[in-house]
Amino acid sequence: MAGVATWAGGQSPLAVDKKKLGMWLFLLSDSVTFSCLLIGYSYVRIASPDWPRPFEFYPAIVKATLLTVILLTSSLTMVLAVHAAHKGKRGTAVKFILLTMAGGLLFDVIHISEWINLIVNEHVTPFSNPWGSPLLGGSYFGLTGLHMLHVTIGLFYLGTIAWGFGRGKFSSTDVEVSGLYWHFVDLVWMFIFPLVYLINVAPK
Amino acid sequence: MSANQEALEQHVPGTLKLFLWVWVALLAMTGLETLLAYEDMALLIMLTILMGLSVIKTGFILSYFMHLRFEKMGLFLMIVPALVFIICTILLVLYPDSMRLIHMRAL
Repeated sequence: MAGVATWAGGQSPLAVDKKKLGMWLFLLSDSVTFSCLLIGYSYVRIASPDWPRPFEFYPAIVKATLLTVILLTSSLTMVLAVHAAHKGKRGTAVKFILLTMAGGLLFDVIHISEWINLIVNEHVTPFSNPWGSPLLGGSYFGLTGLHMLHVTIGLFYLGTIAWGFGRGKFSSTDVEVSGLYWHFVDLVWMFIFPLVYLINVAPK
Repeated sequence: MSANQEALEQHVPGTLKLFLWVWVALLAMTGLETLLAYEDMALLIMLTILMGLSVIKTGFILSYFMHLRFEKMGLFLMIVPALVFIICTILLVLYPDSMRLIHMRAL
């Protein structure tokens, strides 16, 4: 037909790639999930007079601080991966993604060792513990369990991205989107760390 | 290449130095939080400072690591105000009620 212009694709209202927008919206919903869990935990923490404070400096607080440092560092390596990906440096980007995954794996390993210590040595389960309110175990394993699940899923996600980007199948935007997910996982831990560990430091 | 595609492929700013400094700041705040847990102070004050530090850390991660600072304002407005509103609403309902149970038990 004469005089009809071809549609050039329009303007994305927020000037973001659709996958990136999708990830941001998912992170918004996941934030609400974690907020509800954290607030629910805070509620029972405040409302229970028999809330135990079991976390000694060693091993609990030392390990938890270490976990925080590991996640923050893995976030840094992820940013560097995205940075390299945008510059077209595929090899460098893949290396940084693998470093990020190593951080995530280390987090999982140390965290599981903490869980094993609590379950086997300290006799804390989601249903009971030797000191007080059974909700301590329920909220602790629920919160950290859901978070650890997110980290583990992240490992598979990042692995796929590293594999695909290295082969040229995925774009730098895909790396950036996976980076957003990883930073979110780190962000959630920024709230779990003070609320679950630091508030429950064992009294002198 | 459409105008939209061109706009999307403009790479966000951010230097290596900036990322490293943000990382150092985040680590410093983490250290501060851990030290704070061993200070002798009222629980409410410690909780306020800890949450304040966590919010600042969130701000740093959102702005610099997740590039939200360099995105269009619309994206920021889509995410942050809604989240703040939801969290405040839940807290408004639950926070006072959690105190009620303590007072009930004391009777």
